Amino acid sequence: MIDLNLISPEIFISLSLMFLLIVGVYKKNSSNFIYNLTILSLFVLLALILNLSHIEEAFIFDQSYKIDDLSTFMKILTVISAIFVMLTSSKYLKLTKIFKIEYPVLVLSSILGMMVMISSNDLIVFYMGLELQSLSLYVLASFNRDNLLSTESGLKYFILSALSSGILLYGFSLIYGFSGSTNFNEISINISDFQYGLTFGIVFILVGLAFKISAVPFHMWAPDVYQGSPTSVTIFFAILPKIAALTVFIRFLYVPFVNMIDQWQMIVIFLSIASMAFGAVAAIGQKNLKRLVAYSSISHMGYALAGLTTVTNEGIQSSIIYMSIYLVMNLALFSCIFMMRRNENYFENIDDLSGLSKNHPILSFAMLIILFSLAGIPPLAGFFAKFYIFKAVIEQSMYFLAIVGLLSTVIAAFYYLRIIKIIYFDPEKEKYDTDHHIGLKISLLLSTVFILIYFIYPNSLIDLVSKINII
Amino acid sequence: MNIPILSSLILLPTIGAFFIFFVKSNNKRYQSSKYVALFISLANFLLSLYLWFIFDNTVSEFQFVENREWIPGFVNYKVGVDGISILFIILTTFITSLCIISVNSTIKNRLKDFLVAILLMETLMIGVFCSLDLLVFYLFFEGGLIPMFLIIGIWGGERRVYSAFKFFLYTLLGSVLMLVAIISIYWMTGTTDVEKLYEIGIDTKYQNLLWLAFFTSFAVKTPMWPVHTWLPDAHVEAPTAGSVLLAAIILKMAGYGFIRFSLGLFPVASEYFIPLIYLLSLVAIIYTSLVALMQEDMKKLIAYSSVAHMGFVTLGIFTMTQQGIEGSIFQMISHGLVSAALFLSVGVIYERMHTRLISRYGGIVSIMPKYAVVLMIFTLGAIGLPGTSGFIGEFLILIGTFKKNFLVATIASLGVILAAAYMLWLYKRVIFGKLINNDLKKMVDLKKSEIFILWSLAIPTLLFGFYPEPLINTIEVSVTNLIDTYNLNIEIYLAKNN
Repeated sequence: MIDLNLISPEIFISLSLMFLLIVGVYKKNSSNFIYNLTILSLFVLLALILNLSHIEEAFIFDQSYKIDDLSTFMKILTVISAIFVMLTSSKYLKLTKIFKIEYPVLVLSSILGMMVMISSNDLIVFYMGLELQSLSLYVLASFNRDNLLSTESGLKYFILSALSSGILLYGFSLIYGFSGSTNFNEISINISDFQYGLTFGIVFILVGLAFKISAVPFHMWAPDVYQGSPTSVTIFFAILPKIAALTVFIRFLYVPFVNMIDQWQMIVIFLSIASMAFGAVAAIGQKNLKRLVAYSSISHMGYALAGLTTVTNEGIQSSIIYMSIYLVMNLALFSCIFMMRRNENYFENIDDLSGLSKNHPILSFAMLIILFSLAGIPPLAGFFAKFYIFKAVIEQSMYFLAIVGLLSTVIAAFYYLRIIKIIYFDPEKEKYDTDHHIGLKISLLLSTVFILIYFIYPNSLIDLVSKINII
Repeated sequence: MNIPILSSLILLPTIGAFFIFFVKSNNKRYQSSKYVALFISLANFLLSLYLWFIFDNTVSEFQFVENREWIPGFVNYKVGVDGISILFIILTTFITSLCIISVNSTIKNRLKDFLVAILLMETLMIGVFCSLDLLVFYLFFEGGLIPMFLIIGIWGGERRVYSAFKFFLYTLLGSVLMLVAIISIYWMTGTTDVEKLYEIGIDTKYQNLLWLAFFTSFAVKTPMWPVHTWLPDAHVEAPTAGSVLLAAIILKMAGYGFIRFSLGLFPVASEYFIPLIYLLSLVAIIYTSLVALMQEDMKKLIAYSSVAHMGFVTLGIFTMTQQGIEGSIFQMISHGLVSAALFLSVGVIYERMHTRLISRYGGIVSIMPKYAVVLMIFTLGAIGLPGTSGFIGEFLILIGTFKKNFLVATIASLGVILAAAYMLWLYKRVIFGKLINNDLKKMVDLKKSEIFILWSLAIPTLLFGFYPEPLINTIEVSVTNLIDTYNLNIEIYLAKNN
């Protein structure tokens, strides 16, 4: 008998998704109501996932769906960030006139897709989750349909993402052909000996996954999509799909391909080094904040991948910690971007921050902390994120990776410093509006305080992730 | 003793900074925030004096040690002082207090933010000198970049942005390798606790690489030739208080790091790299002295002279003799007082004339006699004339060097002559000569607060020049112990390899 209780969060989110869609269609002017109800249902979802957090490992649907510590932690991370994303973006949606009922519904459906991805233990189930997530994201990216950049970014994202899905599927078919199964556990048993076809399959799958987390050299879509999408969608892009994609990365590398470490380790090291270095260098010339965030997130994903190359539990845990701190920092940074509003217009160029510190001391202080943290300067949270990664990497004597990573942080420090320079050293401009939505203020406050005082008790995250033992 | 006196020293300025940051600023309270900062920094200074008073200078162990679990099983928050570090803490609290007194005249805008930055800087600097764990040390060492970047960038001169970036990126680049080394040490020995590492010792096979990683970081911060170029820029553009902090304390972090970490943790590698250090130090002493001679900007001249003086310090440290290391510590303290005073003195006339070019001055002895007197004291202090603290430091360093290497010591002695040349020439051009520039006639002599600040630096300079006993007594036992352990390690190593 299948224990449906294990997938109660997924069932709940599907039901609420359909319910909200029906209510939205039949009830006139209900977008505000739907939006709030979506946030409420995300809270219920969080409670349902927490309810399952005691399960160490459980399979359902003929071992194709897995609930374990990793999946639970990542789902919690996803839902909490989704709540914050929704809280920060409501006013933006209203002012840019895209506050429609479809928006929260699409967000929910992509979250459902991510949850399926996170829990998948089977190639087919994984692909299903991936497509559900991606299809919702295509629509979200082009949600501001009267805006040329937004539609362009949606289309671009669709084409490139479909291409990568195709590559991914081709890899799946090779893996299935050589191992005779789509189930992760069975694949790992069946592919113990070396075959060229399998290596090809692994490479294709890694390429597809690298596309999803925008690792170099498969990053080209990210800057355009980040810049073109409505900011509320950019923040979504910058955080949530990365959590799911990183989980899938961990799953693929350490469950089905765990016996093929020699085949994939070099590839992942290359992806990591290339992303760290390229992201740092390419961000230097950017003028648009969202585009800069895109490059910086490419670089950050490089660090997260560095933890995965170590083939130790500490390495995987350090990647997860990195991801958690990264998303808090990004949430904080985007909260600041949402606050750059004057007379109902949003600004997103770096120059618009000029002299911010004179008119908005608190906001600029928050940005100062966030940017130094992104640059990885101690004692802020961003330093610890990088520190755990390097600790794990150096344990395996991978000094080259560590030194390239650290040198990239120095290069990256330059463009973060440039923003600080513009905020603090440059002449002031007009004031921005200060009547922000309470949700936005709360998320900025919470995330900044987290970044600032993380060093007092750095064990808080380590304790949580130390349960996650993959190998 | 139950009061965690070192943690109080570290935390007090931060608490003050938070208080100032969150109190709303209007014009009335604008001044009061300065009094808060002054009160906090003076309290911290008195606390550090009390620390010195109850410090037991007959034992070499770390005292007032606090050890708290921070990241369980990995890093402990561990602080403590010994004879080497305690003087730097007092120097830090003393100089910070003077900086806060001096801001009144030098900082025109955003005083509140400036005070917050200075107080945070004090926390981080004291932390550097107390921490007995490599990672905690790294946190404090690197954390200092943030406030200093802002101090140079916001309140600096015309090319402040360039200088702030140069300062930040140079030092960051230098330190990242140290982080790799620290993590490697953790994986080799299972701890980052300095005291434990002294006991365990680090495998001699890896010492050279680790030493180099630490060296890059300290060499940038010292700064040693050829990575000293950030210092003149940073000094020239920083506001007076920033230059003072930079010259008096931040440069000392590296000298302290050499003694505590390079000698203490990697004795074999230190022995191996002595020629490198000698070479770089000599180049620093001779070359930067010559460069200093040619400067037209007063602050730049003093900045280059700082590089030369720090060359003496590194030279003394790596003589591995009692006199050399004691002399280096003494020289650092003395340079802390003298260079701070010189930057403040330049600040005094800059504020009146808004130029730092030497050629714009001349003959101001007749207008500002009081100023001429104090500047004379500090000029002589910088030269190392007997009777000033600068003499004791340089003299001890040269004695130590003569013991080890006659040639090096002879060349280094030339540096003393060059120092006399550039400092006295500076003094002559600014103070004596004919009063050509008519604008200078409007200048007024020292104000009360300036007299107070400059004399409170001049008195210890003279006092420790005539009576160096209290400082030497404090550092002696710890240095002896350091050298004994060092020689023991070298002997063990040689015995093993023969």
